[in-house]
Amino acid sequence: MARAVTTRRKIINTVAAWSVALILFFPILWTILTSFKPEAQAVSSPPVFLAFDWTLQNYIDVNEQRNYLKFFWNSVIIAVGSTLLGLVIAIPAAWSMAFVPGKRTKDLLMWMLSTKMMPAVGVLVPIYLIFKSLGLLDTRVGLVVVLTLMNLPIIVWMLYTYFKEIPGEILEAARMDGANLRAEILYVLTPMAVPGIASTVLLNIILAWNESFWTLNLTVTDAAPLTKFISSFSSPQGLFYAKLSAASTMAIAPILIMGWFSQKQLVRGLTFGAVK
Amino acid sequence: MSTQSSRATARLMLSPTVILLLIWMIVPLALTLWFSTQRYNLLYPDRQGFNDFANYTRFIATPAFTAAIINTLVLVLGVLVITVVLGILIALLIDQPLWGQGPVRILVISPFFIMPPVAALIWKNMFMNPTNGLFAEAAKYLGLPPFDFLGAAPLASIILIVAWQWLPFATLILLTALQSLSSEELEAAEMDGAPPVKRFWYIMLPHLARSITVVVLIQTIFLMGIFGEILVTTNGGPGSASTTLPFLIYKEALLDFDAGTAAAGGVVAVIIANIVAIFLMRAIGKNLDA
Amino acid sequence: MGQITLKQVRKSFGDVHVIPGVDLRIEEGEFVVFVGPSGCGKSTLLRLIAGLEDTTSGTIEIDGKDATYLPPAKRGLAMVFQSYALYPHMSVRKNIAFPLKMAGLDQAEIDRKVEGAAKVLNLNSYLDRRPGQLSGGQRQRVAIGRAIVRSPQAFLFDEPLSNLDAALRVNMRLEISELHQKLKTTMIYVTHDQVEAMTMADKIVVLQAGRIEQVGTPMELYKTPANVFVAGFIGSPKMNLIAGAEAAKHGATTIGIRPEHVQVSATSGLWQGRVGVSEHLGSDTFLHVTTDMGLLNVRAGGDVALYHGDTVWLTPDLAHLHRFDAKGLAIR
Repeated sequence: MARAVTTRRKIINTVAAWSVALILFFPILWTILTSFKPEAQAVSSPPVFLAFDWTLQNYIDVNEQRNYLKFFWNSVIIAVGSTLLGLVIAIPAAWSMAFVPGKRTKDLLMWMLSTKMMPAVGVLVPIYLIFKSLGLLDTRVGLVVVLTLMNLPIIVWMLYTYFKEIPGEILEAARMDGANLRAEILYVLTPMAVPGIASTVLLNIILAWNESFWTLNLTVTDAAPLTKFISSFSSPQGLFYAKLSAASTMAIAPILIMGWFSQKQLVRGLTFGAVK
Repeated sequence: MSTQSSRATARLMLSPTVILLLIWMIVPLALTLWFSTQRYNLLYPDRQGFNDFANYTRFIATPAFTAAIINTLVLVLGVLVITVVLGILIALLIDQPLWGQGPVRILVISPFFIMPPVAALIWKNMFMNPTNGLFAEAAKYLGLPPFDFLGAAPLASIILIVAWQWLPFATLILLTALQSLSSEELEAAEMDGAPPVKRFWYIMLPHLARSITVVVLIQTIFLMGIFGEILVTTNGGPGSASTTLPFLIYKEALLDFDAGTAAAGGVVAVIIANIVAIFLMRAIGKNLDA
Repeated sequence: MGQITLKQVRKSFGDVHVIPGVDLRIEEGEFVVFVGPSGCGKSTLLRLIAGLEDTTSGTIEIDGKDATYLPPAKRGLAMVFQSYALYPHMSVRKNIAFPLKMAGLDQAEIDRKVEGAAKVLNLNSYLDRRPGQLSGGQRQRVAIGRAIVRSPQAFLFDEPLSNLDAALRVNMRLEISELHQKLKTTMIYVTHDQVEAMTMADKIVVLQAGRIEQVGTPMELYKTPANVFVAGFIGSPKMNLIAGAEAAKHGATTIGIRPEHVQVSATSGLWQGRVGVSEHLGSDTFLHVTTDMGLLNVRAGGDVALYHGDTVWLTPDLAHLHRFDAKGLAIR
């Protein structure tokens, strides 16, 4: 709403909005700051905000104890892999539901979404046993498969809502122009849906990156992603706030930075395409 | 609006998704059902066999069972109420003319990117810890005794942490919806003499109904499975004060190694999830033009 | 090339019979217009010919070959859509080239043909723009360019002008007619606007509720409408339809007389009436006259000085009187 307001009103708005934003952001800011403190200053009373002895020692220590890069690559492979695999399966499904809708399309979509309501913990034991017998425990392939299935309903739903915004006449025009189904999806639908697909990809990378049930329960070391990395800090170990902060910062930084840079597409994706 | 061949193609292209999800749903569920009727303890693998519904009766008879159901409901509803109400307020605020809307938006969205174990650990150690946490420091500064958040009010503390993670989601969806409201509609209402509160109640809120639906639907899906935050912060305690249904099952399975009872719990959880799902889809599925 | 025959073509959506059974023969090089009120099934019929919908039963032949079960891509037809349906992510050049690319032509050939089509349609200076940067008329031309570039057996137009403003519509109407003169390719054109039908068609097919009411040249439909529906639909302003005693005098259930076939006089005549609204256009004057038989529309000369409230006498030109029986069919 571009409505004219008095400068005074705008100043009040600005102060209020920034206050709220900073309160919400403060835990993250505090963690990042603490990660640069010596352990003793991390728990000093009263707390120090900026006037501490800045150090990178915590990052060095954490990296020596645990090989950050290995966890990082596992996270990247699992998040990106499951998202891309999901996309390949979901694009044809979303095409079908968006452009050849049937009477049961809506029910089908709701059913897909409802599979996400299944409590993961309820099927943990069987999945664990299946994975064990297939040799998928603690493998990246296994996690990619699980996370793909976990997020498939969301990918399908998001793509479906984006595809539905594309007029069917354009696809019919492509058909009249001699395009077969492959050409229609590859040259017409996909390029037109790029913004929507980008949002879908971003959101799913975030969901997969942060998924912390299956990643914790189905990995030990080889395929362990950053969720596992950070969980090893869950029991207190003497003075450890600064190291915990450094580890936390390393775990969240990649996705935080990606999120900030792709904010626009992401906000669109966050709404799951359901809010225009 | 289609031909037979395109309908056939559509079915073909839909089938991988449907088949994969069916397998993903049915196979583990069938196994869980099977285990739930078996004597099956991981510590005593030799004791096996059918044991009627003993696992179910044992699971339901667990003293923590009723508490777990209530805790799950309180957690889900608590987070939903907090995020929707605060989300609307913050969205209304950010939607006002102000300097730096972009950076504000980035700051507000940030908690959504934080993985649950990190969020839980930060809050548990650096904020809620009764000796070194920032909240304790603040209490000391005000001359108050420090409050042991996770010990004295575990469920409320977890609700706070989870609400912090999901507030950005609610805020941004509602903000997007607010921004799509045409200013003409509001101006017309203003011309008709509606004061701000009435404009909010009669024009903005109905406009937001659909997005609130989306927020409730998506958040419920994720909140029903909240697990990592509890594991890292309270481990379900003290006692069973912060044990939710998923966490109770987890305790049975991995702490007591009783896979049979855990499976029975899993079946109970699936049934409850289905009740909630049916209720949700019925209640708000219509609101989505899906 | 470009002869299309429909034999007993039917289309149902569930229990709804949109097209209850149509027989039609479209000759090579003809400009055929499907016209009718909205919901009459004209667009569905076009989509059946295009192959975008299945026929429930019956056959569609293109150049004597059964095309009923061919996919749209294999029918050799080109279509211009109401929304233009341009590919928004491609330049004008790529839009026009798309069907050629799909046909697997080599790049040099594609370039040559695209340039040729662009020249015909005056699009040369826009070739590297995106559709979003073009005006409605230009987009329409691109859509036509995309259709003509691959020399189809026939062109299908689905209400192509309905999104244009009135002035542009007249221009595009002329351009499409000229294009037809130049290409001599079969064209099937769907519209709800009977003016477009009258001005462009070699042959008009009037449809109502999925049935063909009449097929003929514009003048045949104007002069000898087969039934009350066609009589009322073709011609502007609408033909006056009079039932009751006056019709019985002529041995009919309903009689029809076009506004231009009624004489107006301020002094004497057959039917007396009072002028309601009078529309003075300069070239013509349209009078809405209230009579005992209801409201009649009359076309008079440009300088007729009759105004609201004046009493007038009307005399129909009996040579142009149309008579219809109880079923609404013309009595010849």
